[in-house]
Order: sequence, then C-alpha cells, then structure tokens
Amino acid sequence: MKLTYPHMGNLYIVVRALLTSLGLDLVLPPPTSRRTAELGVRYSPEFACFPFKLNLGNYLEAEELGADTILMAGGVGPCRFGYYAQVQREILRDLGVDMEMVVLEPPDVGYRELTDKVRYLVGDCSWWRVVKSIRFAWQKALALDNVERELLYLRPRVLEPNSLEKRYRTAVEEIDAAPDSRAISRAVQEFFKTSRRMPQRQGRFLRVGLVGEIFTVLEPFANYDLERRLGRLGVQVERSIWLSAWINDHLFGGLLRVKGGLKHADRLASPYLNSFVGGHGRETVGGAVACALQDCDGVIQVAPLTCMPEIVAHSVLPSVSRDYGIPTLTLYLDEQSGEAGIQTRLEAFVDLMAARRRKGKGGMLDGSFSGY
Amino acid sequence: MKKVGIPRALLYYYFYPLWREFFTGLGVQVVVSPETNKRIMDAGVKVTLSEVCLPVKIFFGHVIALADDVDYLFVPRIIKVEPRAYICPKFMGLPDMLRARIPDLPHLLETAVDMRKEETDPFRCWENCFQEVGRLITRDKRLVEEATRRAFRAQQNFQRQLAAGLLLPQALEEGNTGEVEVAVVSEQSALRIGLLGHPYNLYDRYISMNLIGKLQDLGVSPVTPESLSVQDIENKVGSLPKRLFWTLGKRMVGAALNFFADTRLDGLIYLSSFGCGPESLVEELVARWAKQQGGLPLMLLTIDEHTGEAGMNTRLEAFTEMIKRRRIK
Repeated sequence: MKLTYPHMGNLYIVVRALLTSLGLDLVLPPPTSRRTAELGVRYSPEFACFPFKLNLGNYLEAEELGADTILMAGGVGPCRFGYYAQVQREILRDLGVDMEMVVLEPPDVGYRELTDKVRYLVGDCSWWRVVKSIRFAWQKALALDNVERELLYLRPRVLEPNSLEKRYRTAVEEIDAAPDSRAISRAVQEFFKTSRRMPQRQGRFLRVGLVGEIFTVLEPFANYDLERRLGRLGVQVERSIWLSAWINDHLFGGLLRVKGGLKHADRLASPYLNSFVGGHGRETVGGAVACALQDCDGVIQVAPLTCMPEIVAHSVLPSVSRDYGIPTLTLYLDEQSGEAGIQTRLEAFVDLMAARRRKGKGGMLDGSFSGY
Repeated sequence: MKKVGIPRALLYYYFYPLWREFFTGLGVQVVVSPETNKRIMDAGVKVTLSEVCLPVKIFFGHVIALADDVDYLFVPRIIKVEPRAYICPKFMGLPDMLRARIPDLPHLLETAVDMRKEETDPFRCWENCFQEVGRLITRDKRLVEEATRRAFRAQQNFQRQLAAGLLLPQALEEGNTGEVEVAVVSEQSALRIGLLGHPYNLYDRYISMNLIGKLQDLGVSPVTPESLSVQDIENKVGSLPKRLFWTLGKRMVGAALNFFADTRLDGLIYLSSFGCGPESLVEELVARWAKQQGGLPLMLLTIDEHTGEAGMNTRLEAFTEMIKRRRIK
C-alpha cells in the first residue's frame, strides 16, 4: 500500500511524522503548484471550492508517482468538505484512476468505524505505538507553529527577508527530517538563534489580522502567498488559525492549552453571528473581533470562492468594522484570481491602514474595504 | 391586530402552511410578501454581497418589501429540520446577515430550529421555536399549544396534497380544497420531464422564469420532486456510501435516483442557482450518475440575476425537441 494525502500548508510534515512512525509507506504529492491547480480544475465541478480542486490535483500528481491509496478526512457538515471524498471518488473512477480512498469520518454512531479504519491502515501496530506516534507528530506541529510565528513577526522587520525565508525553509526541512524530539527542538532553537540576530529595522509596524477558512489561510499556494506579500509590504501578520490549535480543537477535543483555541473566538463572535455556521464562519467573525481587541490595524479575511460559511461571516463583518473602527478586506480565492490584482488590493489596503495610523485611528473609515 | 411578516422566499415553499396556521392560531395577522418581481430582486441584490446566491438575495428583497408594514418578521434560524442534516450555512446565519445588512428592521422572530438526534417526529423541532415565539406574542400558553397543534395538522395536510400530486403552488394557496386536479396533459404522446431543484427556485415564477409554465406550453408535463414521498426519497438515498448531511441535497439526490428508475420519464431538467454551495457537489453527482446509467437525458440550468429569458427559452425548446426525436427513433 502506497499511501498519499492532500496538502495543506505544513500539515504534510505532521501527518508524515505520524504515518511513517507507524510504519506506513508514503508517496506524497509534490508541493501544490500551477500544474496541480490545472489538473484539479480540469476534472472538478466548476463551482466546487478551491480546496476541492487542489486536493484532486494532489491525488492525480501523487498517482503519477505511484500512490495507490488516498487518506482523506470526512465530516458531517454543513460545510461541503464532508462530502469532498465522495465526489472525488466518483471523479477518479470516471477518469479510470484506480486509487482506493480511506476516509476518516468523525464517529457518527460509535468509534468502531473509525478505529476499524485506523486498524486497516496501521495493521497490527500496537495502540501504545499509535499513541507515541501521535505525540511525536504533535511535537512537530508545535515546532512548526513556533518557527512560523517567529517568521511572521520578523519578516517586516529584517533587512534581508530573502535570507530569513531561507533560514525558515531550512528549519522546516530539519523539523520534517527530525527523527526524535531532541532533533525537533534543536531545529527550532537554531532558527530562533540565527534569525533574531539578523539586522532589523526599528519602529512600530502595521499589524493585520488574518482570518478565514482554514485551507486558504494555511496553504500559501491557495492564498497566493499572502503572508509573504504582506510581510514584504512591512506588515506583521497575526494569524487566527494555527495548525496545533486546530489539531487540539478537532482531534484532542480541546484538552490541551494552546494559544488561539476555538472557544474564545466563538464567544467573541456572538453579538454578530449567534450560531455556528459550519466551516470556520464563526471563528472568522470572532477572530476579527479578537484582532480589533488586540489593536490590529486591519483584518483580512480569505476564503475560497463560493465558500458558504465565509459568505455568512463576510456578510456580518461590516458590523464588526463599524463597532470597532477596524477596516476589513475580504479576498475570495480560486484558480481565476490574478496575482497582480491581489497584490494591488493588498497594497491599497496597507496604504489605507497606514493612513489611518497617521491620522489616528477612527478617521476616514467608512464601512469596510471589501470586494474583489 | 399585530402583523407578522413572512417573506415569500426560501423555506416559505416548504413550511408556509405550518407558519401561517401557527400565527393565525395566535390571533396574529399574517402578511406574505408579494410574488417576486424585479423590484424585489433589485432591492435584495443591492443590500447583499455579490457572492451570495440568488435565492438568498431575493429573500433579502422580500424582507425589505415587508419591513415597513409589519410589527414582526418571522425569520427562524434554521439549523436542522431533521436529525443529523443541515440545510446550508446561509440559513443558519440568516437573521444575523439580515441585521448586519438592513438597517431599521422590524422585530425579528428568530428562534433557532434545531432538531435533536433522538427526535423522530418531523415537526417536533418546531415546538420549541413556536413556544419561544408564542411567548413574545401572548401569555396564554394553552393558545400557543393549540396553535402549534393546528399548525402541525395544516403542514401534514399540505404534504399529503403534494404526495397526491398537487403542484406545490396550488397546495400553498390558502383554502385550497385538497382535491387533486388531474394533470391537463393526459394524452399518451405528451412528454414527461422530471424536474430537479430547490422548491424556492422551481416554484418562484420570477427566479425560474416560469419554467413549469413554459414546459407546459411546450406540451411537456413536468414531474416535480414534491410528488415523491419522504419514504421514496429515503429509500433511495439510503443506498449511498455516505449519508448526505444536507436536507435539501438529500431530497435532490433522492428525487434524481427515483427519476432514473422511472421508465415513464423522457428527460430530466436540473435547475440550480449560481454559486449554490451544496449544489456544486450534489449536482455533480447527479450528472455523473445520469451519464453512467445512460438512460435519461439531463439538462443542467444554472440561473442568477443576470440570466436572460431568451437563452432559457432556446435551451428548453432545444431540449424538448431533442427528446422528441429521441423518442421517435
């Protein structure tokens, strides 16, 4: 069995740590690229969300490298993600692509189905080893978030962002390759030590909150490298979604104390959005309020085009904007979004935030700064 | 007498008899917005985001049409009307979206409708909602209970009429006798085309550009998903590899599977709104299955506020023509 799974930012490292330490044979798709998007778009329904199309592209590219089994998560709505795998399976079958799909569904009736699937994958590996592997993968998730957080902080500050990004990539590769927890923390320490010593600008930097649907937030290809663009425009990005917090909320039931959990965001959303709406809709609204409370200069919401929960969130964001005097920008992304258009809108938004900062906040804000 | 406004949009097409009877039972006057027209649509388009689907935009237009004339607006927050299945995230955020986009709304009656896992009676989910709404209108608990019972009966009656073959717009009319009119087209040569699509698209004559009427003019007798019973639908979707967790999507897939098996049909038309989230996946499945089974020709029609009527007419004529020829062979 040669197992593959779709990309979402750095998630592949965490999952790889888990699955290889369970003794599974992996064939990862190459990093998501234009070609991935082209393949995915060609065979996907036109109005499916961007993640759906990129997933499908990932599978097809992995198949070329010899993968024969897909590992995918499921869900029970109301977001479309829960039915991705079912439709993708039909598409692959019609294409004549012979791949098996193992979909990990949240327990609907009992845990039996889920544990059966895990059993199927891991063979006769002991549950103790499974637990140990999960712990190891979790350490990698935390390490990745730590270096990434540092990257977001330093990017607008350092004089040589290229060299900072190179160090970051090295650190990520080292974490990926780390065979044990000692090697993981060594990689993190090394990155902290060298990057903090880089020559930096002084002063206060614009801070923008990044909220929205998880895949478009975490996958740089899907958001057209938004964080990098903002960093280079001199903006510090405060992200609302972190891999480790997400894993904690969804897989560990929120048991661990991790920065940026869901419950807080839900509470903050309540005057504007009083119900969960699936996906990350409520977290987006709560995240925007949290950014305003942390004195950010603006909020950027990213979402795949036609994403239902984010459309609901987007619809109520002007109220947040009005009440807290914080400008918001919403970007819907898919294969049609142009790089130049995104860059222009980001620059305009940064200009707007900078002008507001100069005049003192509260000036010249008229509703939200939204649209394509 | 207090007036409660019900927008003639979205789930109006599923639940109007239930809502109407409940409020009239409480002694409140029910005001329904007029049928969708250009003014209503334009008003809705103006206050909503361009990414929102047409039926939701039109819902906003209906709310605006009612806003000045009523004391309350009934906009329940619909989370689940059956166990373990949702409608669409937009229905769950509807009251919040309204408040954020339209200033000076009348009082919103917006309690949540959220059917629990263990409940089996399809109407139980409305009970809490009605109790909460009833409290805002009257102190008489018995009156609320009585109105709720009346409402359930009316809704059951409505569904029976649909199952008996009455077209939904007629069944929604107040004071309909319940007698089923025999379909006008009864000659053997008439084409029968199954319709798929959300009721708020199919039966809103403005959104659908009078699709049903147009088909009838072309000598087609349309077969609607509402003529299928809940049991017909459930039987078919039960065979899916994964349970569908959208109430409306389930109806769509169930209807399609029933239609595939119906040898009396000559074709299928699937009407969907541009940018409808669940539909983007459900429609894809239906189209793929239709192709795999190979029997029934299927035409997909996607509509939004820019769709032109002439294009729609041409496609309908071409489709019916194609089916006719296919039959002669």
